[in-house]
Amino acid sequence: MPVYNLKINGQSHRVEADQDTPLLWILRDHLDMVGTKFSCGIGQCGACTIHIDGAATRSCLLQVSMIEKAEITTIEGLSEDISHPVQQAWKEVDVPQCGYCQAGQMMSAAAFLKQNATPNKSEIRDAMSGNICRCASYNRIEEAVKVAASKMS
Amino acid sequence: MKNNASPSLSRRSFIKTSALAGGGMLIGFNLFQACKPEAKPPVDIPIDISKLNFNDFNAFIKIADNGMVTIFSPNPEIGQGVKTSMPMLIAEELDVSWDSVHVAQGALDTKNFTRQVAGGSQSLRQGWEPLRQTGATARQMLINAAATKWGVDASECKTENGVIINANGDKLGYGEVVKEAATLEVPENITLKDPKDFKIIGKNISNVDVDKIIAGKSLYGMDYKEEGMVYASVLRPPAFGKKLVDYDDTAVRAISGVHDVVKFGDKIAVLAKDTWTAMKGKKALKANWASNSKLENTEDHDKILMDLLNGKEFNTLRTDGDVKKAFAQADQVIERTYESPFLPHNCMEPMNFFADVTPEKIRLVGPIQTPAGTARRVANLLERDPEDVSVEMTRMGGGFGRRLYGDFALEAAEISKIAQKPVKVVYSREDDMSAGIYRPAIKYKISASIKDGKISGYHLKEASVNSNMYGLIPNFFPAGAIENYQVDVANYNSKITTGAWRAPYTNFLSFAEQSFFDELAEILEIDRIQLRLDLLQKVKGTTDERIQYSPERLEKVIKVAVDKSGWGKAKEGTYQGFSAYYCHNTHVAEVADVVLENDIPVVKKVTCVVDCGIVVNPLGAKNQIEGGVIDGVGHAMYGDFSFKDGVPQDKNFNTYRLIRMNETPVVETHFIESDIAPTGLGEPTLPPAGAAVANAIKAAKGIRLYKQPFIKNMNFKAPLG
Repeated sequence: MPVYNLKINGQSHRVEADQDTPLLWILRDHLDMVGTKFSCGIGQCGACTIHIDGAATRSCLLQVSMIEKAEITTIEGLSEDISHPVQQAWKEVDVPQCGYCQAGQMMSAAAFLKQNATPNKSEIRDAMSGNICRCASYNRIEEAVKVAASKMS
Repeated sequence: MKNNASPSLSRRSFIKTSALAGGGMLIGFNLFQACKPEAKPPVDIPIDISKLNFNDFNAFIKIADNGMVTIFSPNPEIGQGVKTSMPMLIAEELDVSWDSVHVAQGALDTKNFTRQVAGGSQSLRQGWEPLRQTGATARQMLINAAATKWGVDASECKTENGVIINANGDKLGYGEVVKEAATLEVPENITLKDPKDFKIIGKNISNVDVDKIIAGKSLYGMDYKEEGMVYASVLRPPAFGKKLVDYDDTAVRAISGVHDVVKFGDKIAVLAKDTWTAMKGKKALKANWASNSKLENTEDHDKILMDLLNGKEFNTLRTDGDVKKAFAQADQVIERTYESPFLPHNCMEPMNFFADVTPEKIRLVGPIQTPAGTARRVANLLERDPEDVSVEMTRMGGGFGRRLYGDFALEAAEISKIAQKPVKVVYSREDDMSAGIYRPAIKYKISASIKDGKISGYHLKEASVNSNMYGLIPNFFPAGAIENYQVDVANYNSKITTGAWRAPYTNFLSFAEQSFFDELAEILEIDRIQLRLDLLQKVKGTTDERIQYSPERLEKVIKVAVDKSGWGKAKEGTYQGFSAYYCHNTHVAEVADVVLENDIPVVKKVTCVVDCGIVVNPLGAKNQIEGGVIDGVGHAMYGDFSFKDGVPQDKNFNTYRLIRMNETPVVETHFIESDIAPTGLGEPTLPPAGAAVANAIKAAKGIRLYKQPFIKNMNFKAPLG
């Protein structure tokens, strides 16, 4: 079985896996990093969102063989102590209901705010529309992105 | 609502205390059972916190000698925030500051919880008295211990934020008297606080798990793993009504990492070292299926349900006066039919469960709303003593009713038994959507007879797949408001599995009724708010004890919604729709604001007025309300699910549409101030939303919607929302 060296949250990890294994399952089953969630498996819901070189990417579609040189960031690496402005905003606004989709939501928000530090309402709504929240905590997610933006400015 | 505990009930029967070996006081109690008068046989309560088990008590409070309070609760958390709100009730009566309270759970990261047992449908409503009594009893014991120390009468002492104060102004912290308090007799005749003195109840308290959620910690069943565990991906019949004939697993067994292939019933499980390999293995399975009966189609269901509605075979659930006579004597009869599809639950966390079946015991771990019932079913299935089965609950990535059914836990147990290994069954999204226990397709026919410009009769007929509206629903509005009233139900037995879906039955019934009254007002040329208020007027002072709703409370939410939404005063280009409904013990009114963008209706805002009694945690309550409204709007607009030859036609979110953020209205919430005991909020704001939107679309476009989803039944050129 092939061996891959992955750089995740600033650390190197050596994993042995079939080349078609999605990064999602490498994180969850091989490396015990379960913050990245499985939900649809086809890149439609955003629960598995991580950063590849800073860009929000769906890890359920990303084969391990394609990302050896990339800088991978997961929710566990967004900050060491939940101090990232997005995490703090999520806490302040008390966003989660069931909470399952929220890691993906926060990863999408963090990547988005890096590209657009002062988004308006419709930019936030469009940017976050790739992430489904079945509890429909959308009003709070929208508010939290706004709060995070102000924390980062 | 009585604020004082009934003196006939013995506190001793439900609370037990011990002095902990490591310091501090432990109070064992049973959530929701505190009021039950029957005394349990004497039980032991541990003095070692690491020996905490949930066999005799299902919750504990520890008060440490530094005054810190830990509440151990194995309560299931689906996302409605009960894990936060229920400890708030204890802390309130214990009279400690929320900062000194830590809520510990039967989490995956602790060995303290050897067994967790709690029901699935517990709510704030049921816990309101017993949880407060428990907190108040513990507080009284601490006071009694301090009073003894001081040599004063306990009645001269008061408490404030975890400190006992006597008439001289002397102070003792709770932690300073826990050792003595733990050995005292459990007091009786506890007085609860007057709601006006609440310090925690009514405050905005953050979700107690928020730090773990935002850190991405292991919380959910999907995250659970154990040494030696294998992952199972299950191939189930592709169509409802099909059975397994034979299968070929040669290609599966050739995949590296596949451990085993196991057949059970009409299903085949692929066991592998990790989830991805198990899923790949399942895809490589070749199976043949057959059916010996006609497979079901949505078109057939539509015809069958319509025939039932137009037929004569019904069960009558409620009848007042004489509907037949009222209709015969009517000046005019108005009749409308409303139709809804099946709906899958689509919890973001797909179904999953862990089982370890050994000759000695059966351990089950995972997201389940009904642990006790599931344990019993597993024991039955595997012909084992129920005492052998334990269930540990994880946090749940959504429920919406789906996790009431333990089918996935039974699968895990059966596979583990055959494979003789600890197994975790993991559903893919496709498995989750196509092996559902769906909201049944339902049709309603509502008829009203009009005599002298008034509604003289009301006849509701329901035709549904597998089961019908139940229990008290026929006694909801407009029962009691119309002299001649009848509710009839009929159903068709399908092989497609159906069950509870967030706000069962009312999730669509509310749309039908609140659309009907809106149209009735138009036909009768009566103001649509006035029509509802006039009907409610007739229910006031009713002696009919079956009536579930309060006409006064429903009237109040309607009036406040009119006021807060600016009803009738919307600015040019904004069209409003009204809806008001009672269900799940809560009264709700909603106003949807719709605008036309390129002639397409877009829901901009929903004003939601809620009477849920005392609001325990407004921060959490608003989250539930916003979610319920948006969920209601989303499913009314987009939710669609059909079958062809028994096969579900949608399997994932590429074709099944859930509402997304750019389609989401702003929800503005208003609470009715109240000193009445709290009621639940997980469900009641969903049902009125569909009609509020449909009535607004009628105002905007002149088109009346009778079928869900709206997107399919109206020729909108672009996505609604």
